[in-house]
Amino acid sequence: MLCDNCKERDAIINLTQVEHDSKVTLHLCEQCAQQKGVETGGAVLKTPLGGFLTALGKGGGAGGALVAAPNDGQRCPSCGSTLRDFRDSGRLGCDHCYVAFDAHLRDLLRRLHGSSQHVGKHYDMPGAAGSDSDPRSHLLDLKAQLRRAVEGENFELAAELRDRIRVLE
Amino acid sequence: MDLSLLPDGGMRWLDASGPKSTIVLSTRIRLARNVHGIPFSQRAKDTDRTAVLERVSEAASSSERLSAAVTFRLDQMDRPERQLLHERHLVSKELAGLEREARPRPGSALLVQDQVGVMVNEEDHLRLHGMWSGFDLEDAYAEVEAVDADLGQLVPFAFHPEFGYLTSCPTNAGTGLRASVLIHLPGLVLTKEINKVLQGLTQVGLTFRGLYGEGSEVVGNFFQLSNQTTLGKTEDELIDHLGKIVRQVVEYEEQARDVLLRTAPEEVEDKTWRAYGLLKHARRLTFEETMNLLSGVRLGVGLNLLPGPGVYTLNKLLIYTQPAHLAAMDGRSTGDRELPTVRAAFVRRLLEAEPS
Repeated sequence: MLCDNCKERDAIINLTQVEHDSKVTLHLCEQCAQQKGVETGGAVLKTPLGGFLTALGKGGGAGGALVAAPNDGQRCPSCGSTLRDFRDSGRLGCDHCYVAFDAHLRDLLRRLHGSSQHVGKHYDMPGAAGSDSDPRSHLLDLKAQLRRAVEGENFELAAELRDRIRVLE
Repeated sequence: MDLSLLPDGGMRWLDASGPKSTIVLSTRIRLARNVHGIPFSQRAKDTDRTAVLERVSEAASSSERLSAAVTFRLDQMDRPERQLLHERHLVSKELAGLEREARPRPGSALLVQDQVGVMVNEEDHLRLHGMWSGFDLEDAYAEVEAVDADLGQLVPFAFHPEFGYLTSCPTNAGTGLRASVLIHLPGLVLTKEINKVLQGLTQVGLTFRGLYGEGSEVVGNFFQLSNQTTLGKTEDELIDHLGKIVRQVVEYEEQARDVLLRTAPEEVEDKTWRAYGLLKHARRLTFEETMNLLSGVRLGVGLNLLPGPGVYTLNKLLIYTQPAHLAAMDGRSTGDRELPTVRAAFVRRLLEAEPS
């Protein structure tokens, strides 16, 4: 069945709108559905960026490939994700991926948002230079370190951390 | 799970006290945040998820605004209970593990205090959210922002000077802000102007969804309108822009209702009274039919064609006629074939209790 909107591509999405007491069903192709702001179903739903990224990777667009195929294997040193993983899932592996793949992401963010420069709320991580360090956050940080030390069976460090936590508490 | 721990069941927004609440049911704000140094949900191991939950819980208990939060461990709850939270718009389908045969992943949790909450281990480590009655973007944002500022002092959030708050999906990066309103547009649907309006929205950087947000269908003429982009504008700019457009949509809806009243007053009156009559007397009601009838009654009340019921009652009916709510009330399963009968009886009971 052809798309009710463009009448060119195959319809893969049924958009049902209820108009009071009657249903109106539109059969749409993926592109037209997305233009109407509809999240597409199935595998595409899980990876809303998937199709977009795949298309870019193929270099089909006039702008050429955004995520060049030869770089697919490039890995984030922190979590081990590759650009291919990102293209397949539409999800990044960790915050460091934004640094590891910054050139690609800058380009992608500009296409998605019209800009890659955040101008909203500024944030200083607790404990970062220049921020008002909060003693509560220091305590929580020590507790997190203690948990890791215990999990890693590093009991000497754990004992030291426990003492420091006691003093602070 | 004891939902009575939540004042108003976590749904104070139902009380219809907010501005424009006959047309705009609710305003929702969510902020996506991740913990610095822990893999995002896509790469996170179970121990990472547990670590996120522990950090967030500890931070919440020493924070100012979530120190008395109630925690729901979705990974330890049965499906009907998880569905109940989803029907209250407190958790996403994804977090509640309601998609097909999915189970909630370890560490999936919801923390709620008053009108704000945090979904933990959703697509992002934290999804802070708040829901307000009516059209009230400023108040809703101010509260959720305060929770963000509070937690951000205690948990190091992933932040980059150029890209802003870092999120699992780049569509949310920057502010991590999604502001949305749940709006009832029967006038525009009946006058067939709705598609023009919805197309216009996409051209000004907004998007629309169904009653339950992402991936959900439009039922009962309820639309969720929200910002599409999250980066390159300040939070205030994003909210102002959405607010400006929603005000316009509300105006269009009011104009469409005027047109209906001018051109087909008897038909509209008949439609709303029929909807009311069916709700008051039907013996079996499906959820979809109930939504559509409630839409008709809501329109009638908004146009003063019907003497009642109150908008609060209509809002309650929207929530409590959903499958998991009815099933829980009547001690049945959500797949019970008698649910339409239970639903009709419940609707009759609530409407009869209303002064008309």
